[in-house]
Parts: sequence; C-alpha cells; structure tokens
Amino acid sequence: MRILEGEKVTIHFGGLAALQNVDFHLNQGEVVGLIGPNGAGKTTLLNLISGFLAPTSGVIKFRGEKISGLKRHQICRRGIARTFQSVKLFSNMTVPMNVLLGSLFGKARDIGRLDPEQEAMEVLKFVGLSEKKDILAKDLTLTDQKRLELARALATMPELLLLDEVMAGLNPAEVIVAIRLIKEISGKGITILMVEHVMRAIMSISDRIIVLHHGEKIAEGAPQEIIRDKKVIESYLGTDVYAKS
Amino acid sequence: MRSVRAVSLQWVLFICLIVILIGTMPLFVKPYTIVSITSILMYITLAVSWSMFCAPTGYISLATATFFGVGIYSSAVLAPVLPLPMVVVFGGLLSFLLGLLVGVISLRLAGFYFAIFTFGLSELVRNSVLWWEHNITITVGRYIPLVNSLIVYYSMIGIVLMTILVSYIIKHSKVGLALESIGECEDAAASIGINVTALRITFFAISCFFMGMAGAIMATKWTYIDPNSAFNPVLSFTPVLMSLFGGVGQIYGPLLGASILTFISEILLSKFPYHYALIYGIIFIVVIIFLPEGLVGWVKRWRKGHR
Amino acid sequence: MLKVDKINVFYGKVQVLWNVSFSIEEKEIVTLIGSNGAGKTTVLNSISGLLPLTSGTIEFGGSRIDKMPTYRIVELCISHIPEGGLSFPDMTVYENLKLGAYIPRAQKEMQESIERVFQMFPVLRERSKQLVRTLSGGERQMVAIARGLMSRPILCMLDEPSYGLAPLLVGEIFRVIKTLQEQGTTILLVEQNVKHTLEISDRAYLFENGRVVLDGTSEKFLQDDYVRQAYLGL
Repeated sequence: MRILEGEKVTIHFGGLAALQNVDFHLNQGEVVGLIGPNGAGKTTLLNLISGFLAPTSGVIKFRGEKISGLKRHQICRRGIARTFQSVKLFSNMTVPMNVLLGSLFGKARDIGRLDPEQEAMEVLKFVGLSEKKDILAKDLTLTDQKRLELARALATMPELLLLDEVMAGLNPAEVIVAIRLIKEISGKGITILMVEHVMRAIMSISDRIIVLHHGEKIAEGAPQEIIRDKKVIESYLGTDVYAKS
Repeated sequence: MRSVRAVSLQWVLFICLIVILIGTMPLFVKPYTIVSITSILMYITLAVSWSMFCAPTGYISLATATFFGVGIYSSAVLAPVLPLPMVVVFGGLLSFLLGLLVGVISLRLAGFYFAIFTFGLSELVRNSVLWWEHNITITVGRYIPLVNSLIVYYSMIGIVLMTILVSYIIKHSKVGLALESIGECEDAAASIGINVTALRITFFAISCFFMGMAGAIMATKWTYIDPNSAFNPVLSFTPVLMSLFGGVGQIYGPLLGASILTFISEILLSKFPYHYALIYGIIFIVVIIFLPEGLVGWVKRWRKGHR
Repeated sequence: MLKVDKINVFYGKVQVLWNVSFSIEEKEIVTLIGSNGAGKTTVLNSISGLLPLTSGTIEFGGSRIDKMPTYRIVELCISHIPEGGLSFPDMTVYENLKLGAYIPRAQKEMQESIERVFQMFPVLRERSKQLVRTLSGGERQMVAIARGLMSRPILCMLDEPSYGLAPLLVGEIFRVIKTLQEQGTTILLVEQNVKHTLEISDRAYLFENGRVVLDGTSEKFLQDDYVRQAYLGL
C-alpha cells in the first residue's frame, strides 16, 4: 500500500524552483533513502511533507488523503514525525521531559493511551538514553542530542518517520549503532524516509533510493542500481568513495 | 512529573492568612493605606497577567497599556448604564477580543520584532483614541462616576486572586508545558503536535482579559480619564520590569516584584519627590546586575544552600 | 610549530580536558579522532582563545598564545573553521568570504583567494550574491570552509569539514586539504570520517573523555586493533 505519495510536487522561492514536478511514493513499511548533492532540495522535500512548507503546485497525500497545505501539528497528529538537520531540542528541559512532550502532544494523544510518562521512559530506553534522565538537553553530546530528537519523534507514535541526516557527525562505530537502531524502528513497522550522506547507512538500510539533483528526481531504484548509475556517480558519489554496501 | 500538584497544606494556610490579613485591613489602617494597597494589587495583576503568557513563551509584549486602557475606557462608557460587576467583566472581555486580534496580526513576528510591534500598536491605539476625541466627540477625556474605594479595594483583591489562580493552573497543566515548549523551540513544538498558532492567540488574549478587568475597576477610582493617562506607555514597561525584578520563572516572581517595586516607589515618591525616579532606577539596575534571574533566582540559591 | 602542553580546561565547574599535550610540526596534517564529546572541539576552541585554560600552555612558533585574545591569534595566521559551518546568515556568500580576509595580510590577496575558493567550490560562485541563510546546510558548510581559507592561514584548524557534505564533495574537501598541505599550510583536522582522515594525515591523536589515550603516525592508527574496532567500525 502506498502510504505516502507526491504528485508533481513543485515549490518556488522567489523566482527559483527549489523542487520541480517531483513524483515520489513510499510503500508502507519501506525504508527509502533520499540522496543528492547539497542544495538538491532534499530537506525542502521533508519540509513539504511535514508541513513546514506548502507546495506551489502539486499534491502530497498520506494514506490517500491530501496533506499538503495542512499545518505542522495536524500532520504530526496524522502520524508523521520528523527530525531536523540542525537538531531542534527543548534545550533547557531535561532529557525525559523532551520525550514526554512528544508523548503528550503527538498522535499518541488520540488513541486513548495509558500513561504518557511511562511511554516516554520506554522510548528513552529503546534509544539508549535512560541513564541520562537527569541531564538537560543542551548538555548532551551531539550524538545523544540526535538520539533524543529521534526519541521525541518516536514518542508521537508515528507511522511515517522522516529523518534528516541523523548520521552526520557520527564516527563509523557510532554509525553502526545508529544503523541498528533504525533497523529496529523499521522492524516495528514504521515507514522511514531518510535523507542521508553517509552512504554506508543508506546502502545497508534502504529498500529503495530516490536521488534528487537541482530540484528534480534524476534516479530511483534499488541501492545496487543507484550506486552504479552514471548520473548519480557524476553528480553525487564521485569515483573514489563508497562502492561497498 | 507535571500535573496540578497538590499544594502543600503549609502554603494553603499561608495564602489564607495573607488573604484574611488583606481582607480585614480596612478595619485597622488609614484609608490612604487602602488606596496604596489597591495600587499594589493593580500592579500585581498586570505583572502576573503579563507573565502568564510572556514568561513561558518568551514573547515580550509591550502592549499592556493598551489592554489596561481598553478596560478603563469600557468602564467610562458602560459604568453609567451597567452594574459594576458587569462593567468589570465587559472590560475584560473587550480586552480579550482585542487581544485575539492582536495575536492574529502578530503571528508572523517573533522576538525583537514582536516587542516593537506591540509597542507601536500601543501607541497607535493611544493616538487613535486621542484623535477620535479631538475630532469626533470633541471632548477630551471622560468622567466616571466615583465608586467607594472599599468596593474598588475588594474587587481588586478578587481580580488579583483570579489572575493568580488562573496563572497557577496554566503553569501546572499540559497547556503550560506546551507554552514553555513554544518558548524553547517553536518549530520542534509544532512538529510534535502542538498547535502553536491557537495557543499563542488564545493565551495572549487570556492574559489581556485580566489586564482589562484591572483597568475597568481602577477607572472608577480615578474618576477622570483621558487617552494619555489611560494608555500611558509607561504602563507597558512597568509590568515587564516588575516581572524581571521578581523573576519570571515562578508565579511568585512577578508578585513579589510588583509588590516590592510599587511599595518602594510609593515610599520614594513621598520621601524624595525630586530624586525618586533616579533612586528607583538605581535599585532596579543593581538588583538585575547581581540577580539576573530576579528575586526568584535568589530564593533558588538560598534553597540550594539550605539542602 | 604548535605545541600544546598539559592543558586543563573547564566548562564552568566541569573539567573537560585533562593534561592534554600534543604538537604539530610545520606542513604536517595532524588529526584528532574520538567520539562526540571526547573533547576534540574543546581543544580547537582553546587554541583559538575561545576558551580559557585553567593550566598548561599553548605555543605557536615558539611564543605563548594561550592568554591572547582570539583576534590576535587570528592575526598570527591561525584559522579556525568551527564545526557546524558557522557563517553570517544575513550576509551574502561574497560578503562572508570578504570577511574571512579581514586581517591585513589577507586583504592584499583577496581577489586571488576568492578565485581560488570559487574553483574549489563552484557552487559558491553561482550563489555568491545569495544570502547565506537561503543556502542548504551543506552549502553553508562550504561557505564556512571557504571563509576560513580566505585568511591565508599558516595553521588551519578544521572542525568536521565534511559534516553534512555529499560524498563527491567529501572527496573534494580532502583533496583540497591535501593541496593546502602541498602549498605549505599546516593542518589540524578533527573529523568523524576517520578512515579518509587517517589516509591523508601524517599523525593522529586519539581522544577519550578529555584525555589523549593514543598517539602516533596515521599508518599506525590504521593498523591498530582498538582503533579499528572502536572507531573505524571494522
């Protein structure tokens, strides 16, 4: 089933088209990688899906219903959560409080759930942050901050999770841990769209990859096909980098 | 973690004592003192209602004078025709409605721009009413039938208690948490399901409601009002200063700040009529330099030291 | 050229660096590796004068710089490109680059430097009149690196230059760094892209919990079992 669909999604900033007639879809349960050179429009696409931007033309549908143009909190309530390229936490609040806010206000709210505090602690445990429960968000390392942002997003009980460069700044060992975590999230049935530059992660987690360049989709397919695609190599991968999976 | 906490018995008793003390004051103090205390209560209302929205969200509103003034003017217009309680409530409601409008207009603004915008709006209202009175009604100012100062006193007590109660409920509820998260990071708050727009508009307006009620009742004490005194811009800054002085982190911050600063200014005004503003200013600056978190910060440190 | 000797640094009451010592010779590329929070960025900030030392010394070219204000350190031709690609968001790309050449020595060679930098990052030439806040995250990173290079530094300290950059650009950045070394610049590099970094650097130091726990040539690091397991994910 197609859980997310975008038809001819276009957005202009001033006179420039940041995205032009982009068609895309995500099937339920998939993990789709979104890659492309810097400035290609990847974060813009995530912003459009999550309601931070509205398309100039074209339509985005979630479970068959139009969501383009909806407000950010409405999109969250429908079951879409996200992380941000530059981590946006509630800096002066504690680690558990950050996650609790997700439990209290996210989609979770509408399902008549049991105990937001308990749910929050479980999510914290899942991402591996239970030991840091007395620390303020601003005092965490970058790696932990990203984990916290992920936890907060998960606390809203999303069906679709949008990840924006969660691996940036992580050393290879940390990347392995993060890959495992994302696989576990996918294992819970959550559909994932991840913008990423760390090819190791993209290659090992994605079922499918979409490639953007200058606001247009230039390639789409299985990971092994994509890394051999000439256009992708020329514009994005380069020849001396990751050819391994 | 966060819920409407069962307030400890000690605090309840303490508050009851204060209320009883203030309530019975007229029996054993001079009438002038009652007028002074009414003034303090007014500033407490303004400071606490200003902090209600502005403290958690970090949006600095400089339009308190407007909403207070709307309350004053609605009193001027309605007092001859409606009983006092209704006048006060109407004053609050009108301010509430205007607050909704201002909230909607200012949605795209944040931080510095929001502050300047609200101040500009404040001045716009003052000058508009001035213009209206000069050119349309050709009378400047209005007279308001005098009301017994005791009635004003007790009404003000009621308004203060209401304001503090609502402030407390908000702060300890889910909504208060949402407002704080908006203050911490608005984008993140929106992305986890918080309706930032609705909350901003609604709670800004709610804080205006109490400012309006305060204005409506205080007008009856002054008997003559005109746009420059009703919409006096200084009144937009005073609650901010008092809240900062007392500390915005807790409700008792603006309360203490307003009480102490108003008290000090009353004393200074009578003892040093020529240098009052200078001394007042110096006291304020000194406190802020040494206690950037206001008195609340001092209390926090004192508490830590005792544990 | 740069000598850091037993420095201890605190954030408020919390100690974050413990007796850290290391050195860099002229025209070397030295890299600091370690997890997030290990103290690498703190070291760069201390060298730049952004953080005070509680004890220890830092020498550059034989003279002490640890008590100097940051602008004086920049005048000595040490360039610090901080992590996160800090730029002036409300200025154009071109203005950011011009600001990078603020010190007198660099002002004279400004046009040349700008041309050089545009050659390294063609995208910036296209966007030179755009406000930095309108650029994508990776593009902002490029602006930050370019700006750091505008001051024609003798010692260039880069904190996570490859952060958020597409693989093609990552390769490009490392080529640029190698070229800089060939042109005579000394480089101190902090990077999560450990393998690439060890491949181009001469020596490395491993940081854990604010302490230097391993040092040696980059080759030695690449062979070291502990490093391979804990940091290279091998």
